[in-house]
Amino acid sequence: MFLQQIVNGLTIGSIYALVAIGYSLVFGVLRLINFANGAEYMLGAYFVYILMTTFGAKAPLAIPLAIVALGAVGYLVDFVGLRRLRKKNAPRMSALISTLGVGTFIENAIQIWVGTETKSYPNFLNFGRITIGKTIISWTQIIIFVTCILLMVAVSFVVYKTKIGKSMLAVSQDQMCARLMGINVSLVITLTFVVAAMLACVSGVLVGSYYQNIDTNMSFIVGMKTFAAAVLGGVGSLPGAVAGGLIVGLAESIGASYVSAGYRDAIAFAILIIVLLVKPSGLFGKNNVEKM
Amino acid sequence: MKKNSVLKKAWTGLVEFVAMHQIPIMAVLILLVIAFPFMTDNKYLLRIATLCLINIVLGLALNLVQGYMGQMSFATAAFWGIGAYAGTIGVMRLGMPSLLGMAFGMAVAGLFGLLIALPTLKLKGYYLSIVTMGFCEIVRIVEMNWQDLTRGSLGIMNIPAVSIFGFRFKSGRANYIIALIILFVVTIFVKNLINSNFGLSLKAIRDDDSAAETMGINIVHVKRVNFVISALICGFVGAFYAQYVSFIHPSSFASGVSQEYIVMIIFGGLGSIPGTFLGCIALTILPELMRSLLQYRLLIYGALMVIMMNFMPGGLLGNLDLGLVRKKILERRSREAVKGSGGGDGE
Repeated sequence: MFLQQIVNGLTIGSIYALVAIGYSLVFGVLRLINFANGAEYMLGAYFVYILMTTFGAKAPLAIPLAIVALGAVGYLVDFVGLRRLRKKNAPRMSALISTLGVGTFIENAIQIWVGTETKSYPNFLNFGRITIGKTIISWTQIIIFVTCILLMVAVSFVVYKTKIGKSMLAVSQDQMCARLMGINVSLVITLTFVVAAMLACVSGVLVGSYYQNIDTNMSFIVGMKTFAAAVLGGVGSLPGAVAGGLIVGLAESIGASYVSAGYRDAIAFAILIIVLLVKPSGLFGKNNVEKM
Repeated sequence: MKKNSVLKKAWTGLVEFVAMHQIPIMAVLILLVIAFPFMTDNKYLLRIATLCLINIVLGLALNLVQGYMGQMSFATAAFWGIGAYAGTIGVMRLGMPSLLGMAFGMAVAGLFGLLIALPTLKLKGYYLSIVTMGFCEIVRIVEMNWQDLTRGSLGIMNIPAVSIFGFRFKSGRANYIIALIILFVVTIFVKNLINSNFGLSLKAIRDDDSAAETMGINIVHVKRVNFVISALICGFVGAFYAQYVSFIHPSSFASGVSQEYIVMIIFGGLGSIPGTFLGCIALTILPELMRSLLQYRLLIYGALMVIMMNFMPGGLLGNLDLGLVRKKILERRSREAVKGSGGGDGE
């Protein structure tokens, strides 16, 4: 029973970690919480659903198409919502409100388009299950976990080892200085948004096939939980986001089975508040949280 | 192009007229608002008007945090809900009289406000937005799941109406008047608070926290007190709202509701009391007028947030300072008068 909860927790936790990386990337570069990230995650799952049901596309076609489309959405979020504000050097709250507006818009557009009811979602990863003792591990869980880990390693490699990743780090440290070094700052920012949106899309699809249903509420709840994960690990730190995501996933699945299932969604928020109380810089964050 | 300039002229003319005749205009408006319930018997109209008043109070409370302190808060609906539930439970379970129930709702909301403010407001930036968002969701989940206390998803029905000194105010008209009194008191309070030393420190913190700290302002303390005041106002109105509508349900206090208040005050003008009035009234009445567009309401709100932030970050009335306009007009007139008399001397 306990081992089973750990397996379930690690599966869902790895998905949270993937979305949390998106938050951390954008936050690292812009010092901004992207409220539209949760909506992008939902949109990814729904794009695949719409492509498969309305247009009759098969999964191997629908999923890459959706990922590309979400890349475009990520670009649009930055272009429509934030570019002007950056030029005007607007206060940070304006940008926050703007991303919230974009998120609300996306969420409600989908609600109007396909309706608010829960949709059943195909499981693309159903290859049976393995039983070890009393613990059942399905191949879906293994594939989700491995995919997430691979993607996280890939993103970390890009950020820490390649030239484009180094320019991301440079922009996150000092935009003005990065510009003087000949880095195309606005391209780097755009790219960050695109990558974060694509990661959100992949996680949305994985969650859809894990639970085999999707609904339009998923964006808000997961947006909040993954943010809690990012803060727990230390916003802006990629290893932190991974650890935070896994911890939130584990806490949630263990808490749901041993405390109360009704309060399942409250656990992540409780963790968030405790972290802010005890160590606001998070587990892996640098110790320079702006206090006032 | 030409039409645009005509519009602009009309707008400046209107603003100048209002600025010069502030007191009579205010008096007429106040008289109209007081006379309104006696001019109509339509229950629906009265209900919308009362909701407008309640929404303005909540908008003012939110504006204290978002407009004057400069931090986005999603806790409006949470404190409103806590006030409604605590007040109702106080009246129905603990046998409190109606007014004491409101005070109880207010106190409980303030207590939760303090609990949020203590850890969160020592940090700068976006933390408050996120924590209040999570808090709003936790409050809704608790209201939904704590069956013994809140009856969960059934909601609480038949809440006794407001009663003061043994007299029950059941009619819509009486409740409208009570809401009006609450709004009046809260508006005066907020106006004085903003113009006091406290309000000035609040604005200083919003504009530049390091400078404010250098001037000797205890910024963490000021922010905490401000947040708790906002929570107290929301809690009180929540308890009144519960006694007015006599039915409460967790879904009325979800974080989406908080977001609607954010849109209202952004639309009217962050950090502006007339702006809060305008935004809250407009966005309470417009959805009622456009029932056919109800489905698209939140879609429009989302677009509105992006558009306002990009093109009119101050909202409709955010940058308008009637006192300043009046001062400028008076200066211009005195200058013209001097010029005129100077010319007369020359002849």
